[in-house]
Amino acid sequence: MNHSITEPDRAPLDAILLYVFVGLAALGAIFATAFSDDRLFRFHGYLLIGAFTVAFALMTVALSSGRLHSAQERYADGVIRAGVIATMFWAVVGLLVGVVIAAQLAWPSIMYFPEHGWLNFGRLRPLHTSGVIFAFGGNALIATSFYVVQRTSKARLAGGAWPWFVFWGYQLFIVLAATGYLAGITQSREYAEPEWYVDLWLTIVWVAYLLVFLGTLWKRKEPHIYVANWFYLAFIVTIALLHVINNLAMPVGALHHRSYSLFAGVQDALTQWWYGHNAVGFFLTAGFLGMMYYFVPKRAERPVYSYRLSIVHFWSLIFIYIWAGPHHLHYTALPQWTQTLGMTFSIMLWMPSWGGMINGLMTLSGAWDKLRTDPVIRMMVVAIAFYGMSTFEGPLMSIRAVNSLSHYTDWTIGHVHSGALGWVGFISFGAIYCLVPWLWKKDRLYSNQLVEWHFWIATTGILLYICAMWVSGIMEGLMWREYTPQGFLANSFVETVAAKHVENVIRMVGGLMYLAGALIMSYNLWRTVRLPSPASAAATPAPALIPAE
Amino acid sequence: MKNIWKKHGVLERKSLLLTVSILVVVSVGGLVEIAPLFYLESTIEKVKGVRPYTPLELAGRDIYIREGCYNCHSQMIRPLRDEVERYGHYSLAAESMYDHPFQWGSKRTGPDLARVGGKYSDDWHRDHLIDPRSVVPESVMPPYAFLAGRQLEQKDIEAKLWAMTKVGVPYTQDMIDNAKTDLQTQADPFAPARDFKGRYGDAVLQRDFDGDPSRLTEMDALIAYMQMLGTLVDFSTYQAEAPENLR
Repeated sequence: MNHSITEPDRAPLDAILLYVFVGLAALGAIFATAFSDDRLFRFHGYLLIGAFTVAFALMTVALSSGRLHSAQERYADGVIRAGVIATMFWAVVGLLVGVVIAAQLAWPSIMYFPEHGWLNFGRLRPLHTSGVIFAFGGNALIATSFYVVQRTSKARLAGGAWPWFVFWGYQLFIVLAATGYLAGITQSREYAEPEWYVDLWLTIVWVAYLLVFLGTLWKRKEPHIYVANWFYLAFIVTIALLHVINNLAMPVGALHHRSYSLFAGVQDALTQWWYGHNAVGFFLTAGFLGMMYYFVPKRAERPVYSYRLSIVHFWSLIFIYIWAGPHHLHYTALPQWTQTLGMTFSIMLWMPSWGGMINGLMTLSGAWDKLRTDPVIRMMVVAIAFYGMSTFEGPLMSIRAVNSLSHYTDWTIGHVHSGALGWVGFISFGAIYCLVPWLWKKDRLYSNQLVEWHFWIATTGILLYICAMWVSGIMEGLMWREYTPQGFLANSFVETVAAKHVENVIRMVGGLMYLAGALIMSYNLWRTVRLPSPASAAATPAPALIPAE
Repeated sequence: MKNIWKKHGVLERKSLLLTVSILVVVSVGGLVEIAPLFYLESTIEKVKGVRPYTPLELAGRDIYIREGCYNCHSQMIRPLRDEVERYGHYSLAAESMYDHPFQWGSKRTGPDLARVGGKYSDDWHRDHLIDPRSVVPESVMPPYAFLAGRQLEQKDIEAKLWAMTKVGVPYTQDMIDNAKTDLQTQADPFAPARDFKGRYGDAVLQRDFDGDPSRLTEMDALIAYMQMLGTLVDFSTYQAEAPENLR
């Protein structure tokens, strides 16, 4: 604040750089769109022109009215509030699309529209996976990492206006990816479907994210980097590495949407699953462990159980995870030694995973009574329990003999959802239930009762979902390999499809319940934001740089 | 032992050292597992019969990718008794050597398609794509009727072949120059095919795939692609036990 009063006329350098960057990007988008003769590329071109010109116009107004100054004595919380809102918005969207595609598999003759091919399962499924992983999960990670790194470093976010670039640039990435899938723009690499130019854009955003995060660490007033930040840092750095290498591709033209991957066949398959499994390992695990290491001790008001355990499990987790990719390719044309290596490391991975689980759970030592009284703590503890469950199930499924049954079946889908709904979803919801009163300066949530409803409806939904998928997955795996006494295959493929109908319906109901929980949460958070601020907080000046750890 | 924990304190104070250490630690696994695949005989061997896709097949493959078929259909038959009996000979590495990107898939909501080529008639494929439940009542597959009405986009086919050569697919200049002609020739049973077959081999399929001779549609391309899947290697003469295949 003082900053803008003493120097009212000078715009900060970071904002000017961002302004120039956005302006150049708008120009680039206009030229690229004008010269392209590819219909789909132009579609995204118009979208980019719109996004960059609106951003440029808004920045012009903001700069001329001197609004882009950053007060160094305060934390940058605006971008985190925006991140929390985006997280809940994309959670509802991503979960809704999931319910829709579950319904398509349960009632195909009702849920498909022959005239609207863009609503087919094949185009919506990447929308669901990217929606929940990158839009919901990614926003939750960016928002919480910005919160945690400031509090544990006692420093404002580095880069001035650039954290806002990270936020909006990431939303633009999501919109480009999502509209691309619906329009048929995809590389067909699971969890890395966006085409080459969207990948380049994400690379720019991600480098900015890394620099903001590191820059804040460099400004820190605490001698030590807190454990949560190790995990966030490993997540950011490794995702950058995975993203760049897995998306190496040759565009059909400089102004054409389509590209062909640099690698083919076996090499391409392992590169993709090296990426795919570590999207799980570093995006959905390391990042959310960072979240756990800040919000669980904070909410329980207890220190992290063991400092040494966190060191051991951090380094072993990130070292071992990278090797686990080949378990997605058992019995394929991938050389067997690679498969065996992948399987061995996947089984070893059980230990560091449970190291993290124990460190999280035992942090509640002496505060177990809060499980009864605080539904938010209960949600995070159940998240850690689901983390333990699915990191046991994962190594089990990576064993070749088990995998011969489970691979290609719904069992995999169930496994993913116990991790995604149970672990990733619940730990994020827990963190956001903590964050909203803190960020909007309220002394409580609007209703703990609604958190209870959310918790029980969503937990029941997860259990319905994963039990249905265990049944249908193991059933279809067994049916595929069933022989008649005469030595013929007992079932045609479509008989195994028909046999899964009931489970498909139960899965849809489970997903719907989870979505209902997220909607209850959104309402609860909305009412929390609307609560009157406590009088004491309104009277005293906003606390400046209070250490949180 | 005390010293090790003390030494870790250095990493906790130096963020760049921590960043670099993380990068080193996470690089090891990928290097050990992926790098050898570019040199090992069994992953880069060539098998007789495997050829790059014709322009029409490549266009069809792009539609297969665009529609997200890989979400529900694998193209990788495992060497397990039931799979080999249900789908055919297990998949060889060489069979996807020109697949940029690979289409092995990870889920079988529908059956494997690695060797679907030649198993059903073109008419069956067309009916099945237009309304899957008209031929398979229990199917949960989406309908793709719109493919039959959509003209196949042909203007960037040369550029597509050119981009493929940049990632290592051995298309010749002759193939790139004639890409558009070859694309039209393959879907027209009455077009002179000597040059086309000279480029892609005599076994290549040439017919009106979608049963609508008046137009070259996306349905033509997709069916042309599916009808060649898994048919390139002749397994009546392929010997898995032969010394060059035993590694």
